[in-house]
Amino acid sequence: MVKVTIDDQVIEVEPGTTILNAARQIGGDIVPPAMCYYSKLPGTGGKCRTCLVEVVQGSEKDPRPMPKLMVSCSTTVQDGMVVRNKTSERVQKNRAGVVEFLLINHPLDCPICDQAGECHLQDLGFENGGAGTRYEEERRTFAPRDIGNKIKLHMNRCILCYRCVHVAKQLTDQRVHGVLNRGEHAEISTYIENAIENDFSGNMIDVCPVGALTDKTFRFKSRVWFLKPLNASCSCNKCSGKAVVWMFGDEIYRVTARKDAYGEVEEQDGKAGWICNDCRFDKKDVHNWQIEGPRVINRHSVISQGHYLSPRQHDQKKIK
Amino acid sequence: MRRLLLEHDQVPGIETYEVYRKQGGYRSVEKALKKMSPEDVLEEVKKSGLRGRGGAGFPTGMKWSFLAKPEGVPRHLLCNADESEPGTFKDRYLMEKIPHLLIEGMITSSYALGANVSYIYIRGEYMWVLDILEKAVAEAYDNGWLGKNILGSGFDLDLYVCPGGGAYICGEETALIESLEGKRGNPRMKPPFPAVAGLWGRPTVVNNVESIAAVVPIVNDGGDEYAKIGVGRSTGTKLISACGNLERPGVYEIEMGITVEEFIYGDDYCRGIAKGKKLKACVPGGSSVPILPHYLVTKTATGEDRLMTYESLAEGGFESGSMLGSGGFIVFDEDQCIVRNTWNFARFYAHESCGQCSPCREGTGWMEKVLNRLEHGQGNMRDIDLLADINKKIEGNTICPLGDAAAWPVAAAIRHFRDEFEWHVNHREEAQKRNYGLISEKTASA
Repeated sequence: MVKVTIDDQVIEVEPGTTILNAARQIGGDIVPPAMCYYSKLPGTGGKCRTCLVEVVQGSEKDPRPMPKLMVSCSTTVQDGMVVRNKTSERVQKNRAGVVEFLLINHPLDCPICDQAGECHLQDLGFENGGAGTRYEEERRTFAPRDIGNKIKLHMNRCILCYRCVHVAKQLTDQRVHGVLNRGEHAEISTYIENAIENDFSGNMIDVCPVGALTDKTFRFKSRVWFLKPLNASCSCNKCSGKAVVWMFGDEIYRVTARKDAYGEVEEQDGKAGWICNDCRFDKKDVHNWQIEGPRVINRHSVISQGHYLSPRQHDQKKIK
Repeated sequence: MRRLLLEHDQVPGIETYEVYRKQGGYRSVEKALKKMSPEDVLEEVKKSGLRGRGGAGFPTGMKWSFLAKPEGVPRHLLCNADESEPGTFKDRYLMEKIPHLLIEGMITSSYALGANVSYIYIRGEYMWVLDILEKAVAEAYDNGWLGKNILGSGFDLDLYVCPGGGAYICGEETALIESLEGKRGNPRMKPPFPAVAGLWGRPTVVNNVESIAAVVPIVNDGGDEYAKIGVGRSTGTKLISACGNLERPGVYEIEMGITVEEFIYGDDYCRGIAKGKKLKACVPGGSSVPILPHYLVTKTATGEDRLMTYESLAEGGFESGSMLGSGGFIVFDEDQCIVRNTWNFARFYAHESCGQCSPCREGTGWMEKVLNRLEHGQGNMRDIDLLADINKKIEGNTICPLGDAAAWPVAAAIRHFRDEFEWHVNHREEAQKRNYGLISEKTASA
């Protein structure tokens, strides 16, 4: 076990753990935000640069500080490492810079975006961004592309985290989409106009941190915070069948995977709980599902509003 | 004035095997394979003090000694011939004129590293150079310098020349490896470094063309002999590709340690500024290094002579110094507009950013747009400070050094030539007219 200090909190973790995961083990607001890293998808991380932290002491043996800010999602901890995140002004300044970069070309169309309320970019901007913009130029736009009748791709909102590319690479048999072009004009697309259709492609929606990939069957139906999330399960031969159904009255408006506080799918039976497209898009009838109980969304975002119980109340109830 | 690499570049037919061999070519391979062990070659390179000629100046011998050598895993040597830095064309000249020198260096270096399959990754724009190299490789195979059991030593080497698609980013070593593997040329996260997991996940060394070519004289004459040339930690000779408003631009092989003044004004070198004009500014190491105003080109801030060495050009840090970089020596005369030039560089980096990490993807594009406005007489005073601030947010926060390379020239231009940026804001109409070529050179300077 190696000892690491993050914002004056000490924790012992397995060797090879990244700074971000060590911080997540401590929890609370010292966890750096991550827009591209996704622990269930190996190979992600390092791209968005929002999880930058300052390493003021490299390790016990070599106490020199690291000159550059390090990406906490891909930097492994050393014994005796001292990391500053919230307590470092330099980190806060540079993170604000990264957030500004992510937002300059973002359309900021939250009022009509289905992701609003559970959007990581919204949270990030709210916590680390400025109120105004210094960007006077025209925002970048992309030609709309149709990637099938279940998933809506809205490229203007994309922050190029590459998560959906990894989903296609790791969960599906054949990847038909990827990143085209480069620099400012890099875009997620299928090279030849092509529908992304296979049993697990819907997970791209769950991993997308912004509203670039949304559920067409839920499009413009409701704001997410008006819906009641319920843990539900069904017998499915393709996936674990454990999902969250989002209801309004007696109707199921949408189905998603069960996600944790960091927006990542929870583990089900020791595996990442991805759900298949049948469960996600087709089972919209309550008779398809066995309702297990209310879902507690443990996020600080607007999405936590439509709860039966707040996480705190929920915990108190458990103690009784 | 000693020339080690370009000694025979004017000999007619030097690109053919026969002539090259007659001029003493492939001696280093004979010497290395027959008389030396791989460790001996590495030792000579270490002694020579050779530093990477691609831009960063990392000691080559040290880089080689970092190469992991696990049992049963093949190792690779890659030659980075993706020379895409604006202002740099030294490798092209070397490969065009003396392709066998690079191949000889590749054989000797591969032997030292224990690599049995090596690659030359050449940029997509150099297609005719690819032909030259492939012809030379075929000649080397025909004469037994490549293939199985070279010179009866038991050392096998296959050498391939691979063209890239013409992306600047593929000159970054991990992006080069990705591209060579047939993927999108995105730089990888480091660590692991290529010396541990590079091409196909195997230990890999990536070296610049000139660094590999320099191994030939080092093995021939010995590392100590090579180290005698130069000043301090900058040893040997360096190819400088001089361009811009010079009387005699071109590729020069210089001994490290000549003064910048001699290089610009000396009769053996560039012979001064073209048309008898005055020096205004100089970018001494390719477009990504900070620009120097005329009063800092030949003298450092402390008044000493500036030398053509890694250390002397970097004297004063980024406040009053620059870098030797890849040796793309760009000179501006009094008529050149620094704002226009900075915009031009920024446009290049915005176009070449791979788009993987956010500060570089968004930041380079933003800088380009702001500089475009300034240059075209649409800018405001606050834009100048904005540029300086964007710079700080990009620098050091990106996966690969392209972000830094995009930020440094803009930061330095604002630091040294702020008055010109302000002129563009205060004289919008004039700036606009000058842009469209409505004002002649004479009236603009008057």
